[in-house]
Amino acid sequence: MIGIEHYLTVGAILFVLGVLGIFLNRKNVIVILMAVELILLAVNINLVAFSAFLNDLTGQIFAMLVLTVAAAEAAIGLAILVIYFRTRGSIAVDDINRMKG
Amino acid sequence: MDFVPSFALTLPELVLTGTGLVLLLLAAWGGDKAARKIAIAAATALFVAGVLLVPGLHFGTDGPATLAFGGLLKVDSFALFAKALIYLAAIAALMVAPAFFAGPTAGTERGMRAEYPVLVLFAAVGMSIMVSANDFMSLYLGLELNSLSAYVLAAILRRDTRSGEAGLKYFVLGALASGILLYGMSLLYGFTGGTAFDAVRAGLSGTMGTGALLGVIFVLSGLAFKISAVPFHMWTPDVYEGAPTPVTAFFATAPKVAAVALTARVVFEVFGGQVQAWQQIVMFMALASIIFGALGAIGQENLKRLLAYSSINNIGFILLGLAVANVDGASAMLVYLFIYVAMSIGSFVALLMLRGEDGELFETFADIRGLSVTRPAIAWALLIFMFSLAGIPPLLGFYSKFVVFQATIEAGLVAFGAIAIAASVIGAFYYIKFVKVMFFDEPAGVVTGKSETGHWVLLGLTALIISPLGYLLTPSLTDLADKAARSLFIVLV
Repeated sequence: MIGIEHYLTVGAILFVLGVLGIFLNRKNVIVILMAVELILLAVNINLVAFSAFLNDLTGQIFAMLVLTVAAAEAAIGLAILVIYFRTRGSIAVDDINRMKG
Repeated sequence: MDFVPSFALTLPELVLTGTGLVLLLLAAWGGDKAARKIAIAAATALFVAGVLLVPGLHFGTDGPATLAFGGLLKVDSFALFAKALIYLAAIAALMVAPAFFAGPTAGTERGMRAEYPVLVLFAAVGMSIMVSANDFMSLYLGLELNSLSAYVLAAILRRDTRSGEAGLKYFVLGALASGILLYGMSLLYGFTGGTAFDAVRAGLSGTMGTGALLGVIFVLSGLAFKISAVPFHMWTPDVYEGAPTPVTAFFATAPKVAAVALTARVVFEVFGGQVQAWQQIVMFMALASIIFGALGAIGQENLKRLLAYSSINNIGFILLGLAVANVDGASAMLVYLFIYVAMSIGSFVALLMLRGEDGELFETFADIRGLSVTRPAIAWALLIFMFSLAGIPPLLGFYSKFVVFQATIEAGLVAFGAIAIAASVIGAFYYIKFVKVMFFDEPAGVVTGKSETGHWVLLGLTALIISPLGYLLTPSLTDLADKAARSLFIVLV
């Protein structure tokens, strides 16, 4: 029998993968964008699982809101990435270093 | 459901949203040539929205009559106080922008982009929703509306590498913060069975389970990111340095007010029954921010970077008021916020006035050597702001620190107050460095350019508020802050 704890475990694993993806990745900013999506996905799994478990629709509505906002966020992230690439000619994480201190 | 009362309560937001949408069309139609007119229209809309807040602010509103849209929003005195500050800061960000974007520092594209005022408007709408949120869903909606506009604002100089990098860093860390906050919200929803603040509060009463406690910690961490409190402050210096200076002035004021107000509402209205669960966390963040903000600023050459550390330091004092966890602390926090906004706008306007012969902008210590000889008015204004940020008595910055320390000590948290006072002495070092460089060094003689009238007006106004004359404001400011703080502690259920 698959219970709520299994869904929460999947959500937690996805969340941790997303956070690690942002901090450990040294290669490519696109991977960071994917990691951000992974975090939002983990949240959605949590929300939908709780919603089904609690027999309450709020969680599913919240998940739809998160999906919508995630789309807007990805669009803006990619747009910023494009203007960054135009001026620097690279999207490697190690090259994002004009400011330090 | 009858929507008329809800629309009446959210009239300022409706005005801003409507104007924002129309101006967005005009921006697409008229292009960057129309930017100045659009900025004037946006500032007017913000002013009108601000005027609409006055009756509620004056008489004070709380109780069930402030709930809009079935309890999704709560437009009480606290929300109105924060909104008024946000609109003022947004108007300032619009006033200083045209002259900056017309200058050569703005890169190859001359002139303000028509989207700038529209984005500031939408960010203001988002912040309004944030401060009046009464449900985790409206909280997230407002937060994202504000953040998404802010990411674009940071990167608005498309051909400038620093602006693009600031936008990218802000985006990645902001998105991470939203993710952490959301994860916390999903846990709180699951372990309390609701997303409305009062439902979560009711669900959190009694002994808290591990899941709910994790939710509280994740939500607090996400919010700490947004207010750039230590240990989630690492994005601030880079973003402040890279973003165009008017945008930095905006970031240092309006979103800070909104995020602090949001944090206050969440800790008092949602976690209000579990003070011992969050008080230590907030106290730690407060003291760490004060200490790291003060230490990090030492040795900075770039003035915008230095002001970024200064804002981290100030956020620490604001959180100290929050950590006291009573009406006096919250009221002191709001008074501090108001004075902090005035000081920040003033210092950034002064930075915007450091122009060379051809209008290029200077932003390092080397450039302001001997400023008192070349531009005495700016030097004296900067002196007022820096002394005020350091908390030196005749200026209003002293009063703000004083009320926070008073609330801390009256609540019996003497040790914490003592640590904060000691750390603020470290902070005085780099504020006074400004004075040493400006008044006692050999003039560098590069800052010679003319400044715009709008900048002088803002500089004069903020300097007047910060000057000892500002103490005339304190009775009414304290009255408003008290009303606002009290409305935070009213539990409707």
